[in-house]
Amino acid sequence: MNAVTARLETAEAFDVAAIRRDFPVLARTVHGYPLSYLDNAASSQRPRAVIDAMSSYYENSHANVHRGVHTLSQEATDLFEGAREKVRRFINARSSKEIVFVRGTTEAINLVAQSYGRPRFGPGDEILVSWLEHHANIVPWQMLCEQTGATLKVAPITRTGEVDFAAFTALLSPRTKLVALAHVSNALGTVIPVHRFIGAARAQGVPVLLDGAQAVPHLKVDVQALDCDFYAFSGHKMCGPTGIGVLYGREELLGAMPPWQGGGDMILAVSFGKTVYNGLPWKFEAGTPDIAGAIGLGAAIDYLETLGMERVAAVEHELLLYANQQLAAVPGLRFVGTAPDKAAVVSFTIDRVHPHDLGTILDQEGVAIRTGHHCAMPVMEFFGLPATARASFAFYNTHAEVDRLVDALRTAQEMLG
Amino acid sequence: MDLKDLYRDIIVDHNRHPRNFREITDADRRADGFNPLCGDKLTVYVKLDGERISDVSFNGSGCAISVASASLLTESVKGRSIAEAEELFAQMHRLLTLDDAAVDIPALGKLGALSGVRAFPARVKCASLCWHTLDAALHSHDQASTE
Repeated sequence: MNAVTARLETAEAFDVAAIRRDFPVLARTVHGYPLSYLDNAASSQRPRAVIDAMSSYYENSHANVHRGVHTLSQEATDLFEGAREKVRRFINARSSKEIVFVRGTTEAINLVAQSYGRPRFGPGDEILVSWLEHHANIVPWQMLCEQTGATLKVAPITRTGEVDFAAFTALLSPRTKLVALAHVSNALGTVIPVHRFIGAARAQGVPVLLDGAQAVPHLKVDVQALDCDFYAFSGHKMCGPTGIGVLYGREELLGAMPPWQGGGDMILAVSFGKTVYNGLPWKFEAGTPDIAGAIGLGAAIDYLETLGMERVAAVEHELLLYANQQLAAVPGLRFVGTAPDKAAVVSFTIDRVHPHDLGTILDQEGVAIRTGHHCAMPVMEFFGLPATARASFAFYNTHAEVDRLVDALRTAQEMLG
Repeated sequence: MDLKDLYRDIIVDHNRHPRNFREITDADRRADGFNPLCGDKLTVYVKLDGERISDVSFNGSGCAISVASASLLTESVKGRSIAEAEELFAQMHRLLTLDDAAVDIPALGKLGALSGVRAFPARVKCASLCWHTLDAALHSHDQASTE
Protein backbone atom coordinates (compact mmCIF):
# COMPACT_ATOMS: atom_id res chain seq x y z
CA MET A 1 0.00 0.00 0.00
CA ASN A 2 2.86 2.40 0.75
CA ALA A 3 4.27 1.74 -2.69
CA VAL A 4 0.94 2.68 -4.22
CA THR A 5 0.78 5.88 -2.20
CA ALA A 6 4.25 6.91 -3.22
CA ARG A 7 3.52 6.19 -6.85
CA LEU A 8 0.39 8.31 -6.89
CA GLU A 9 2.01 11.20 -5.08
CA THR A 10 4.81 11.40 -7.60
CA ALA A 11 2.84 10.73 -10.75
CA GLU A 12 0.85 13.56 -12.24
CA ALA A 13 -1.30 11.27 -14.32
CA PHE A 14 -3.23 8.22 -13.20
CA ASP A 15 -0.75 5.42 -13.91
CA VAL A 16 -3.20 2.81 -15.14
CA ALA A 17 -0.49 0.32 -16.10
CA ALA A 18 0.77 0.33 -12.52
CA ILE A 19 -2.77 0.13 -11.14
CA ARG A 20 -3.46 -2.89 -13.36
CA ARG A 21 -0.47 -4.69 -11.86
CA ASP A 22 -2.23 -4.46 -8.48
CA PHE A 23 -4.98 -6.76 -9.86
CA PRO A 24 -3.61 -10.28 -10.47
CA VAL A 25 -6.56 -11.42 -12.60
CA LEU A 26 -5.99 -8.66 -15.15
CA ALA A 27 -2.84 -10.47 -16.25
CA ARG A 28 -4.70 -13.55 -17.44
CA THR A 29 -5.86 -14.45 -20.92
CA VAL A 30 -9.25 -15.69 -22.09
CA HIS A 31 -9.42 -17.76 -25.29
CA GLY A 32 -5.90 -16.60 -26.11
CA TYR A 33 -6.60 -12.89 -25.68
CA PRO A 34 -5.69 -10.65 -22.74
CA LEU A 35 -8.73 -10.38 -20.47
CA SER A 36 -10.67 -7.18 -21.06
CA TYR A 37 -12.97 -7.09 -18.05
CA LEU A 38 -15.89 -4.76 -18.72
CA ASP A 39 -18.44 -6.28 -16.35
CA ASN A 40 -17.63 -4.24 -13.27
CA ALA A 41 -21.22 -3.30 -12.51
CA ALA A 42 -21.91 -7.00 -11.93
CA SER A 43 -18.78 -7.46 -9.83
CA SER A 44 -15.41 -5.78 -9.82
CA GLN A 45 -12.02 -7.49 -9.51
CA ARG A 46 -9.78 -7.64 -6.42
CA PRO A 47 -6.42 -5.99 -5.90
CA ARG A 48 -3.63 -8.06 -4.36
CA ALA A 49 -3.97 -6.00 -1.17
CA VAL A 50 -7.46 -7.39 -0.55
CA ILE A 51 -6.48 -10.97 -1.28
CA ASP A 52 -3.41 -10.62 0.97
CA ALA A 53 -5.40 -9.10 3.83
CA MET A 54 -7.77 -12.05 3.81
CA SER A 55 -4.99 -14.63 3.46
CA SER A 56 -3.01 -13.01 6.23
CA TYR A 57 -6.03 -13.09 8.52
CA TYR A 58 -6.57 -16.80 7.88
CA GLU A 59 -2.87 -17.60 8.15
CA ASN A 60 -2.21 -15.62 11.32
CA SER A 61 -5.19 -14.38 13.25
CA HIS A 62 -8.31 -16.42 12.68
CA ALA A 63 -10.57 -17.10 15.64
CA ASN A 64 -14.17 -16.25 16.41
CA VAL A 65 -14.90 -12.63 17.28
CA HIS A 66 -16.38 -11.07 20.44
CA ARG A 67 -15.91 -14.29 22.39
CA GLY A 68 -12.58 -15.47 23.65
CA VAL A 69 -10.02 -13.87 25.88
CA HIS A 70 -7.23 -15.57 23.96
CA THR A 71 -4.90 -13.67 21.68
CA LEU A 72 -6.26 -14.81 18.34
CA SER A 73 -9.84 -13.99 19.27
CA GLN A 74 -8.72 -10.52 20.33
CA GLU A 75 -6.79 -10.02 17.08
CA ALA A 76 -9.73 -11.22 14.99
CA THR A 77 -12.08 -8.91 16.90
CA ASP A 78 -9.74 -5.95 16.45
CA LEU A 79 -9.43 -6.60 12.71
CA PHE A 80 -13.20 -7.08 12.32
CA GLU A 81 -14.17 -4.00 14.30
CA GLY A 82 -11.32 -2.10 12.66
CA ALA A 83 -12.94 -2.84 9.30
CA ARG A 84 -16.24 -1.47 10.61
CA GLU A 85 -14.50 1.75 11.55
CA LYS A 86 -12.97 1.98 8.06
CA VAL A 87 -16.46 1.65 6.57
CA ARG A 88 -17.79 4.32 8.94
CA ARG A 89 -15.08 6.74 7.91
CA PHE A 90 -15.42 5.90 4.19
CA ILE A 91 -19.11 6.86 4.06
CA ASN A 92 -18.83 9.43 6.87
CA ALA A 93 -21.37 7.89 9.25
CA ARG A 94 -21.55 9.51 12.69
CA SER A 95 -20.94 6.30 14.60
CA SER A 96 -19.81 2.75 13.97
CA LYS A 97 -23.08 1.74 15.67
CA GLU A 98 -24.68 2.74 12.38
CA ILE A 99 -22.65 0.24 10.34
CA VAL A 100 -24.23 -3.23 10.18
CA PHE A 101 -22.36 -5.95 8.32
CA VAL A 102 -24.62 -8.02 6.08
CA ARG A 103 -24.12 -10.35 3.10
CA GLY A 104 -24.66 -7.60 0.58
CA THR A 105 -27.05 -4.95 -0.67
CA THR A 106 -29.84 -7.48 -1.09
CA GLU A 107 -29.66 -8.61 2.50
CA ALA A 108 -29.44 -5.01 3.73
CA ILE A 109 -32.68 -4.10 1.95
CA ASN A 110 -34.41 -7.24 3.19
CA LEU A 111 -33.31 -6.38 6.73
CA VAL A 112 -34.89 -2.93 6.51
CA ALA A 113 -38.06 -4.34 4.94
CA GLN A 114 -38.51 -6.95 7.65
CA SER A 115 -37.19 -5.11 10.69
CA TYR A 116 -38.22 -1.53 9.93
CA GLY A 117 -41.21 -2.05 7.64
CA ARG A 118 -42.97 -5.15 8.84
CA PRO A 119 -43.83 -4.02 12.37
CA ARG A 120 -44.87 -0.54 11.19
CA PHE A 121 -46.65 -0.83 7.85
CA GLY A 122 -50.22 -1.87 7.21
CA PRO A 123 -53.08 -1.53 4.74
CA GLY A 124 -53.24 1.96 3.25
CA ASP A 125 -49.51 2.56 3.74
CA GLU A 126 -47.34 3.03 0.68
CA ILE A 127 -43.70 2.32 -0.21
CA LEU A 128 -42.38 4.41 -3.08
CA VAL A 129 -39.69 3.10 -5.44
CA SER A 130 -38.73 4.00 -9.02
CA TRP A 131 -39.01 2.15 -12.31
CA LEU A 132 -35.19 2.00 -12.47
CA GLU A 133 -34.70 -0.28 -9.51
CA HIS A 134 -32.73 -3.50 -9.42
CA HIS A 135 -34.88 -6.49 -8.42
CA ALA A 136 -33.20 -6.33 -4.99
CA ASN A 137 -34.96 -3.00 -4.41
CA ILE A 138 -38.32 -4.25 -5.69
CA VAL A 139 -38.94 -7.80 -4.51
CA PRO A 140 -38.28 -7.29 -0.76
CA TRP A 141 -40.91 -4.51 -0.83
CA GLN A 142 -43.37 -6.65 -2.76
CA MET A 143 -42.92 -9.36 -0.14
CA LEU A 144 -43.42 -6.80 2.62
CA CYS A 145 -46.60 -5.57 0.93
CA GLU A 146 -47.94 -9.13 0.83
CA GLN A 147 -47.16 -9.50 4.52
CA THR A 148 -48.58 -6.18 5.71
CA GLY A 149 -51.20 -5.12 3.17
CA ALA A 150 -49.15 -2.04 2.24
CA THR A 151 -48.98 -0.91 -1.41
CA LEU A 152 -45.93 -0.49 -3.65
CA LYS A 153 -45.91 2.71 -5.71
CA VAL A 154 -43.54 3.18 -8.64
CA ALA A 155 -42.23 6.54 -9.85
CA PRO A 156 -41.92 6.48 -13.65
CA ILE A 157 -38.79 7.12 -15.70
CA THR A 158 -38.18 9.12 -18.84
CA ARG A 159 -36.90 7.92 -22.24
CA THR A 160 -33.40 9.01 -21.24
CA GLY A 161 -33.53 6.74 -18.19
CA GLU A 162 -33.99 9.37 -15.48
CA VAL A 163 -36.48 9.15 -12.62
CA ASP A 164 -39.27 11.66 -13.29
CA PHE A 165 -38.94 14.01 -10.32
CA ALA A 166 -42.31 15.72 -10.78
CA ALA A 167 -44.08 12.37 -10.96
CA PHE A 168 -42.13 11.22 -7.91
CA THR A 169 -43.22 14.19 -5.83
CA ALA A 170 -46.81 13.75 -7.03
CA LEU A 171 -46.70 10.18 -5.67
CA LEU A 172 -45.43 11.33 -2.25
CA SER A 173 -48.35 11.59 0.14
CA PRO A 174 -49.22 11.19 3.82
CA ARG A 175 -49.66 7.49 3.00
CA THR A 176 -46.00 7.17 1.96
CA LYS A 177 -44.09 5.43 4.74
CA LEU A 178 -40.77 4.85 3.00
CA VAL A 179 -38.93 5.86 -0.16
CA ALA A 180 -36.46 3.29 -1.57
CA LEU A 181 -34.35 4.51 -4.46
CA ALA A 182 -31.25 3.52 -6.39
CA HIS A 183 -28.39 6.01 -6.10
CA VAL A 184 -26.99 4.82 -9.45
CA SER A 185 -28.93 2.60 -11.87
CA ASN A 186 -27.23 -0.74 -12.45
CA ALA A 187 -28.89 -1.33 -15.82
CA LEU A 188 -28.35 2.11 -17.36
CA GLY A 189 -25.75 3.90 -15.23
CA THR A 190 -27.99 6.89 -14.49
CA VAL A 191 -26.81 8.83 -11.44
CA ILE A 192 -30.02 9.82 -9.70
CA PRO A 193 -29.88 13.34 -8.22
CA VAL A 194 -30.81 11.87 -4.85
CA HIS A 195 -30.42 15.14 -2.94
CA ARG A 196 -33.62 16.42 -4.58
CA PHE A 197 -35.53 13.20 -3.93
CA ILE A 198 -34.36 12.96 -0.32
CA GLY A 199 -35.22 16.63 0.23
CA ALA A 200 -38.73 16.12 -1.11
CA ALA A 201 -39.29 12.99 0.97
CA ARG A 202 -37.89 14.42 4.19
CA ALA A 203 -39.96 17.57 3.78
CA GLN A 204 -42.93 15.25 4.25
CA GLY A 205 -41.28 13.30 7.05
CA VAL A 206 -40.76 10.20 4.91
CA PRO A 207 -37.61 8.16 5.56
CA VAL A 208 -35.40 7.27 2.59
CA LEU A 209 -33.37 4.14 1.82
CA LEU A 210 -30.77 4.37 -0.94
CA ASP A 211 -29.53 1.33 -2.84
CA GLY A 212 -25.91 2.37 -3.20
CA ALA A 213 -24.54 -0.85 -4.72
CA GLN A 214 -23.50 0.93 -7.91
CA ALA A 215 -22.65 4.27 -6.32
CA VAL A 216 -20.17 3.46 -3.55
CA PRO A 217 -17.57 1.98 -5.94
CA HIS A 218 -17.59 5.03 -8.20
CA LEU A 219 -18.54 8.17 -6.25
CA LYS A 220 -17.61 9.77 -2.97
CA VAL A 221 -20.57 8.88 -0.75
CA ASP A 222 -21.22 10.86 2.45
CA VAL A 223 -24.32 9.62 4.25
CA GLN A 224 -24.50 12.73 6.46
CA ALA A 225 -24.36 15.06 3.47
CA LEU A 226 -26.96 12.92 1.69
CA ASP A 227 -29.14 13.02 4.81
CA CYS A 228 -30.61 9.61 3.97
CA ASP A 229 -31.92 7.23 6.63
CA PHE A 230 -30.62 3.93 5.26
CA TYR A 231 -27.85 3.25 2.75
CA ALA A 232 -27.09 -0.25 1.42
CA PHE A 233 -24.05 -1.47 -0.53
CA SER A 234 -21.96 -4.54 -1.38
CA GLY A 235 -18.28 -5.30 -0.96
CA HIS A 236 -17.79 -7.20 -4.20
CA LYS A 237 -18.63 -4.27 -6.47
CA MET A 238 -15.98 -2.09 -4.80
CA CYS A 239 -12.95 -4.38 -5.12
CA GLY A 240 -13.85 -6.21 -1.92
CA PRO A 241 -14.92 -9.81 -1.31
CA THR A 242 -18.25 -11.42 -2.14
CA GLY A 243 -20.52 -12.26 0.77
CA ILE A 244 -20.01 -9.02 2.68
CA GLY A 245 -21.96 -5.81 2.47
CA VAL A 246 -23.12 -2.95 4.62
CA LEU A 247 -26.33 -1.50 5.89
CA TYR A 248 -25.92 2.04 7.15
CA GLY A 249 -28.86 3.16 9.25
CA ARG A 250 -29.47 6.28 11.27
CA GLU A 251 -28.76 5.31 14.88
CA GLU A 252 -32.16 6.34 16.23
CA LEU A 253 -33.93 4.27 13.59
CA LEU A 254 -31.76 1.19 14.04
CA GLY A 255 -32.12 1.49 17.80
CA ALA A 256 -35.91 1.42 17.57
CA MET A 257 -35.96 -1.58 15.22
CA PRO A 258 -36.33 -5.15 16.52
CA PRO A 259 -33.60 -7.67 15.67
CA TRP A 260 -33.98 -9.35 12.31
CA GLN A 261 -32.44 -12.73 13.01
CA GLY A 262 -31.85 -14.32 16.40
CA GLY A 263 -28.82 -16.25 17.57
CA GLY A 264 -25.42 -15.84 19.09
CA ASP A 265 -23.61 -12.49 19.15
CA MET A 266 -26.84 -10.48 18.96
CA ILE A 267 -27.66 -11.01 22.65
CA LEU A 268 -26.37 -9.82 26.00
CA ALA A 269 -28.11 -12.46 28.10
CA VAL A 270 -30.33 -15.42 27.30
CA SER A 271 -32.67 -17.26 29.59
CA PHE A 272 -35.98 -18.98 28.99
CA GLY A 273 -37.63 -16.22 30.97
CA LYS A 274 -36.16 -13.26 29.13
CA THR A 275 -33.49 -12.61 26.52
CA VAL A 276 -31.74 -9.26 26.40
CA TYR A 277 -30.55 -8.13 22.98
CA ASN A 278 -27.14 -6.73 22.28
CA GLY A 279 -26.62 -3.07 21.44
CA LEU A 280 -25.98 -1.59 17.99
CA PRO A 281 -24.74 -2.72 15.57
CA TRP A 282 -24.40 -6.29 16.89
CA LYS A 283 -28.15 -6.57 17.53
CA PHE A 284 -28.43 -7.12 13.77
CA GLU A 285 -25.49 -9.52 13.40
CA ALA A 286 -26.69 -12.90 14.64
CA GLY A 287 -24.22 -15.76 14.38
CA THR A 288 -20.55 -15.77 13.46
CA PRO A 289 -20.12 -13.01 10.88
CA ASP A 290 -18.07 -13.05 7.67
CA ILE A 291 -14.93 -11.96 9.50
CA ALA A 292 -12.55 -12.43 6.57
CA GLY A 293 -15.03 -10.68 4.28
CA ALA A 294 -15.18 -7.64 6.54
CA ILE A 295 -11.39 -7.54 6.75
CA GLY A 296 -11.19 -7.80 2.96
CA LEU A 297 -13.71 -4.99 2.62
CA GLY A 298 -11.61 -2.86 4.95
CA ALA A 299 -8.58 -3.54 2.74
CA ALA A 300 -10.59 -2.58 -0.36
CA ILE A 301 -11.52 0.71 1.29
CA ASP A 302 -7.85 1.35 2.12
CA TYR A 303 -7.01 0.69 -1.53
CA LEU A 304 -9.73 2.97 -2.90
CA GLU A 305 -8.81 5.73 -0.45
CA THR A 306 -5.23 5.52 -1.60
CA LEU A 307 -6.41 6.12 -5.16
CA GLY A 308 -8.90 8.75 -3.98
CA MET A 309 -12.58 8.42 -4.85
CA GLU A 310 -12.61 11.78 -6.61
CA ARG A 311 -9.86 10.52 -8.90
CA VAL A 312 -11.61 7.19 -9.42
CA ALA A 313 -14.74 9.09 -10.45
CA ALA A 314 -12.79 11.36 -12.80
CA VAL A 315 -10.90 8.52 -14.47
CA GLU A 316 -14.07 6.51 -14.96
CA HIS A 317 -15.94 9.50 -16.34
CA GLU A 318 -13.20 10.00 -18.91
CA LEU A 319 -13.51 6.31 -19.88
CA LEU A 320 -17.26 6.76 -20.24
CA LEU A 321 -16.81 9.72 -22.59
CA TYR A 322 -14.33 7.80 -24.71
CA ALA A 323 -16.57 4.70 -24.82
CA ASN A 324 -19.61 6.79 -25.78
CA GLN A 325 -17.65 8.42 -28.58
CA GLN A 326 -16.24 5.16 -29.97
CA LEU A 327 -19.48 3.19 -29.65
CA ALA A 328 -21.49 5.95 -31.31
CA ALA A 329 -19.51 5.24 -34.48
CA VAL A 330 -20.66 1.59 -34.60
CA PRO A 331 -23.43 1.31 -37.22
CA GLY A 332 -26.75 0.10 -35.83
CA LEU A 333 -25.73 0.63 -32.21
CA ARG A 334 -28.35 2.23 -30.00
CA PHE A 335 -27.64 3.49 -26.51
CA VAL A 336 -30.19 2.57 -23.85
CA GLY A 337 -30.11 5.16 -21.07
CA THR A 338 -28.76 8.56 -22.08
CA ALA A 339 -29.07 10.59 -18.90
CA PRO A 340 -26.64 13.54 -18.74
CA ASP A 341 -25.20 12.34 -15.43
CA LYS A 342 -24.04 8.74 -15.65
CA ALA A 343 -21.63 6.35 -14.00
CA ALA A 344 -19.32 4.48 -16.39
CA VAL A 345 -22.00 2.04 -17.53
CA VAL A 346 -23.04 1.79 -21.19
CA SER A 347 -26.13 -0.24 -22.03
CA PHE A 348 -26.79 -0.76 -25.74
CA THR A 349 -28.32 -2.88 -28.46
CA ILE A 350 -27.08 -3.60 -31.97
CA ASP A 351 -29.45 -4.06 -34.90
CA ARG A 352 -29.92 -7.70 -35.92
CA VAL A 353 -27.51 -9.05 -33.31
CA HIS A 354 -29.06 -10.28 -30.06
CA PRO A 355 -27.20 -9.26 -26.87
CA HIS A 356 -26.77 -12.89 -25.86
CA ASP A 357 -24.90 -13.62 -29.10
CA LEU A 358 -22.80 -10.49 -28.57
CA GLY A 359 -21.82 -11.80 -25.14
CA THR A 360 -20.59 -15.10 -26.57
CA ILE A 361 -18.77 -13.57 -29.54
CA LEU A 362 -17.06 -10.91 -27.40
CA ASP A 363 -15.98 -13.55 -24.89
CA GLN A 364 -14.21 -15.42 -27.67
CA GLU A 365 -12.02 -12.30 -28.05
CA GLY A 366 -11.45 -12.02 -24.30
CA VAL A 367 -13.91 -9.17 -23.79
CA ALA A 368 -16.25 -9.75 -20.81
CA ILE A 369 -19.53 -7.84 -20.79
CA ARG A 370 -22.93 -8.50 -19.26
CA THR A 371 -25.90 -9.34 -21.44
CA GLY A 372 -29.49 -9.85 -20.41
CA HIS A 373 -31.97 -7.98 -18.26
CA HIS A 374 -29.45 -6.99 -15.57
CA CYS A 375 -31.86 -7.94 -12.77
CA ALA A 376 -33.95 -4.96 -13.78
CA MET A 377 -36.72 -6.46 -15.88
CA PRO A 378 -39.07 -3.47 -15.46
CA VAL A 379 -36.39 -1.25 -17.06
CA MET A 380 -36.16 -3.62 -20.04
CA GLU A 381 -39.95 -3.67 -20.29
CA PHE A 382 -40.04 0.14 -20.25
CA PHE A 383 -37.71 0.30 -23.25
CA GLY A 384 -39.50 -2.60 -24.97
CA LEU A 385 -36.35 -4.71 -25.01
CA PRO A 386 -35.86 -8.32 -23.91
CA ALA A 387 -32.24 -7.61 -23.07
CA THR A 388 -29.33 -5.25 -23.61
CA ALA A 389 -25.56 -5.57 -23.77
CA ARG A 390 -23.84 -3.68 -20.97
CA ALA A 391 -20.22 -2.62 -20.74
CA SER A 392 -19.32 -1.23 -17.32
CA PHE A 393 -15.94 0.28 -16.57
CA ALA A 394 -13.67 0.54 -13.56
CA PHE A 395 -10.67 2.78 -13.00
CA TYR A 396 -8.36 -0.04 -14.14
CA ASN A 397 -9.86 -0.18 -17.63
CA THR A 398 -8.17 1.46 -20.60
CA HIS A 399 -8.92 3.10 -23.94
CA ALA A 400 -7.35 0.06 -25.59
CA GLU A 401 -10.00 -2.13 -23.96
CA VAL A 402 -12.74 0.14 -25.29
CA ASP A 403 -11.17 -0.23 -28.75
CA ARG A 404 -11.17 -4.02 -28.39
CA LEU A 405 -14.84 -3.91 -27.40
CA VAL A 406 -15.62 -1.94 -30.55
CA ASP A 407 -13.57 -4.32 -32.73
CA ALA A 408 -15.36 -7.33 -31.25
CA LEU A 409 -18.74 -5.70 -31.89
CA ARG A 410 -17.77 -5.35 -35.54
CA THR A 411 -16.82 -9.05 -35.62
CA ALA A 412 -20.29 -9.87 -34.28
CA GLN A 413 -21.94 -7.69 -36.90
CA GLU A 414 -19.99 -9.35 -39.68
CA MET A 415 -20.91 -12.76 -38.38
CA LEU A 416 -24.60 -12.30 -37.65
CA GLY A 417 -25.73 -8.88 -38.90
CA MET B 1 -13.73 -23.77 -29.53
CA ASP B 2 -14.37 -21.83 -32.66
CA LEU B 3 -17.22 -19.40 -33.14
CA LYS B 4 -17.71 -20.78 -36.64
CA ASP B 5 -18.56 -24.10 -35.02
CA LEU B 6 -21.32 -22.41 -33.01
CA TYR B 7 -22.59 -20.03 -35.65
CA ARG B 8 -22.52 -22.40 -38.62
CA ASP B 9 -23.87 -21.10 -41.91
CA ILE B 10 -27.14 -22.96 -41.50
CA ILE B 11 -27.68 -21.40 -38.06
CA VAL B 12 -26.91 -17.92 -39.34
CA ASP B 13 -29.30 -18.48 -42.24
CA HIS B 14 -32.15 -19.71 -40.02
CA ASN B 15 -31.61 -16.76 -37.65
CA ARG B 16 -31.72 -14.24 -40.49
CA HIS B 17 -34.64 -15.95 -42.19
CA PRO B 18 -36.54 -18.02 -39.62
CA ARG B 19 -38.88 -20.59 -41.20
CA ASN B 20 -42.49 -20.96 -40.04
CA PHE B 21 -42.15 -17.71 -38.08
CA ARG B 22 -45.85 -16.97 -37.68
CA GLU B 23 -48.84 -17.57 -35.46
CA ILE B 24 -51.25 -20.40 -36.26
CA THR B 25 -54.50 -18.71 -35.28
CA ASP B 26 -56.49 -21.96 -35.11
CA ALA B 27 -53.72 -23.97 -33.42
CA ASP B 28 -54.81 -27.04 -31.46
CA ARG B 29 -51.97 -26.60 -29.04
CA ARG B 30 -49.72 -23.72 -28.08
CA ALA B 31 -47.24 -23.00 -25.32
CA ASP B 32 -45.02 -20.11 -24.25
CA GLY B 33 -41.36 -20.66 -23.50
CA PHE B 34 -39.21 -18.34 -21.44
CA ASN B 35 -35.53 -18.33 -20.57
CA PRO B 36 -35.27 -16.15 -17.46
CA LEU B 37 -31.49 -15.89 -17.79
CA CYS B 38 -31.43 -14.01 -21.08
CA GLY B 39 -35.05 -12.99 -21.60
CA ASP B 40 -35.66 -15.21 -24.65
CA LYS B 41 -39.39 -15.65 -25.16
CA LEU B 42 -41.13 -17.72 -27.77
CA THR B 43 -44.48 -19.26 -28.49
CA VAL B 44 -44.85 -22.58 -30.31
CA TYR B 45 -48.08 -23.35 -32.17
CA VAL B 46 -49.12 -26.86 -33.19
CA LYS B 47 -51.88 -28.01 -35.52
CA LEU B 48 -52.73 -31.69 -35.10
CA ASP B 49 -54.30 -34.18 -37.45
CA GLY B 50 -54.97 -37.02 -35.05
CA GLU B 51 -51.56 -38.06 -33.74
CA ARG B 52 -49.75 -36.29 -36.59
CA ILE B 53 -48.31 -32.76 -36.42
CA SER B 54 -49.80 -31.27 -39.56
CA ASP B 55 -48.44 -27.77 -38.98
CA VAL B 56 -46.09 -26.17 -36.47
CA SER B 57 -44.81 -22.62 -36.15
CA PHE B 58 -43.30 -20.21 -33.67
CA ASN B 59 -42.85 -16.53 -32.94
CA GLY B 60 -41.18 -14.43 -30.28
CA SER B 61 -37.74 -13.01 -29.73
CA GLY B 62 -34.43 -14.50 -28.85
CA CYS B 63 -30.79 -14.88 -29.69
CA ALA B 64 -29.50 -16.43 -32.92
CA ILE B 65 -29.19 -19.86 -31.34
CA SER B 66 -32.72 -19.92 -29.96
CA VAL B 67 -34.31 -18.52 -33.13
CA ALA B 68 -32.37 -20.86 -35.43
CA SER B 69 -33.10 -23.83 -33.20
CA ALA B 70 -36.83 -23.06 -33.20
CA SER B 71 -36.81 -22.56 -36.96
CA LEU B 72 -35.03 -25.90 -37.48
CA LEU B 73 -37.45 -27.55 -35.06
CA THR B 74 -40.47 -26.51 -37.10
CA GLU B 75 -38.94 -27.91 -40.27
CA SER B 76 -38.00 -31.14 -38.54
CA VAL B 77 -41.22 -32.07 -36.77
CA LYS B 78 -43.77 -30.95 -39.33
CA GLY B 79 -45.55 -34.04 -40.68
CA ARG B 80 -44.23 -36.30 -37.93
CA SER B 81 -46.23 -38.11 -35.26
CA ILE B 82 -46.24 -36.85 -31.69
CA ALA B 83 -44.20 -39.89 -30.66
CA GLU B 84 -41.60 -39.18 -33.36
CA ALA B 85 -41.36 -35.56 -32.23
CA GLU B 86 -40.80 -36.70 -28.65
CA GLU B 87 -38.05 -39.02 -29.81
CA LEU B 88 -36.39 -36.14 -31.68
CA PHE B 89 -36.56 -34.07 -28.46
CA ALA B 90 -34.76 -36.87 -26.62
CA GLN B 91 -32.14 -37.05 -29.38
CA MET B 92 -31.64 -33.25 -29.28
CA HIS B 93 -31.20 -33.38 -25.53
CA ARG B 94 -28.43 -35.93 -25.99
CA LEU B 95 -26.87 -33.93 -28.84
CA LEU B 96 -26.76 -30.76 -26.70
CA THR B 97 -25.52 -32.33 -23.48
CA LEU B 98 -23.55 -35.51 -24.27
CA ASP B 99 -21.37 -36.10 -27.32
CA ASP B 100 -21.82 -36.91 -30.97
CA ALA B 101 -21.34 -40.63 -30.32
CA ALA B 102 -24.50 -40.61 -28.20
CA VAL B 103 -26.62 -39.52 -31.15
CA ASP B 104 -27.43 -40.71 -34.64
CA ILE B 105 -26.39 -37.43 -36.24
CA PRO B 106 -27.33 -38.24 -39.85
CA ALA B 107 -30.83 -39.14 -38.65
CA LEU B 108 -31.14 -35.66 -37.15
CA GLY B 109 -30.56 -34.00 -40.52
CA LYS B 110 -30.12 -30.24 -40.28
CA LEU B 111 -30.65 -30.36 -36.50
CA GLY B 112 -27.13 -31.79 -36.28
CA ALA B 113 -25.83 -28.29 -37.02
CA LEU B 114 -26.56 -27.46 -33.37
CA SER B 115 -23.92 -29.87 -32.08
CA GLY B 116 -21.47 -26.95 -31.76
CA VAL B 117 -23.61 -25.48 -28.97
CA ARG B 118 -22.36 -28.16 -26.60
CA ALA B 119 -18.97 -26.45 -26.34
CA PHE B 120 -20.73 -23.32 -25.04
CA PRO B 121 -22.54 -24.55 -21.91
CA ALA B 122 -24.09 -21.14 -21.23
CA ARG B 123 -25.91 -21.43 -24.56
CA VAL B 124 -27.39 -24.92 -24.30
CA LYS B 125 -30.60 -23.53 -22.84
CA CYS B 126 -30.96 -21.24 -25.85
CA ALA B 127 -31.02 -24.23 -28.19
CA SER B 128 -33.27 -26.36 -26.00
CA LEU B 129 -35.92 -23.74 -25.12
CA CYS B 130 -38.03 -24.39 -28.24
CA TRP B 131 -37.95 -28.14 -27.64
CA HIS B 132 -39.15 -27.75 -24.04
CA THR B 133 -41.85 -25.43 -25.34
CA LEU B 134 -42.96 -27.91 -28.02
CA ASP B 135 -43.00 -30.61 -25.37
CA ALA B 136 -45.20 -28.43 -23.15
CA ALA B 137 -47.55 -27.74 -26.07
CA LEU B 138 -47.85 -31.43 -26.93
CA HIS B 139 -48.60 -32.22 -23.29
CA SER B 140 -51.06 -29.35 -23.06
CA HIS B 141 -49.13 -27.29 -20.57
CA ASP B 142 -49.20 -23.66 -21.57
CA GLN B 143 -45.76 -22.70 -20.31
CA ALA B 144 -42.22 -23.97 -20.50
CA SER B 145 -39.12 -22.61 -18.86
CA THR B 146 -35.50 -23.54 -19.07
CA GLU B 147 -35.16 -23.02 -15.34
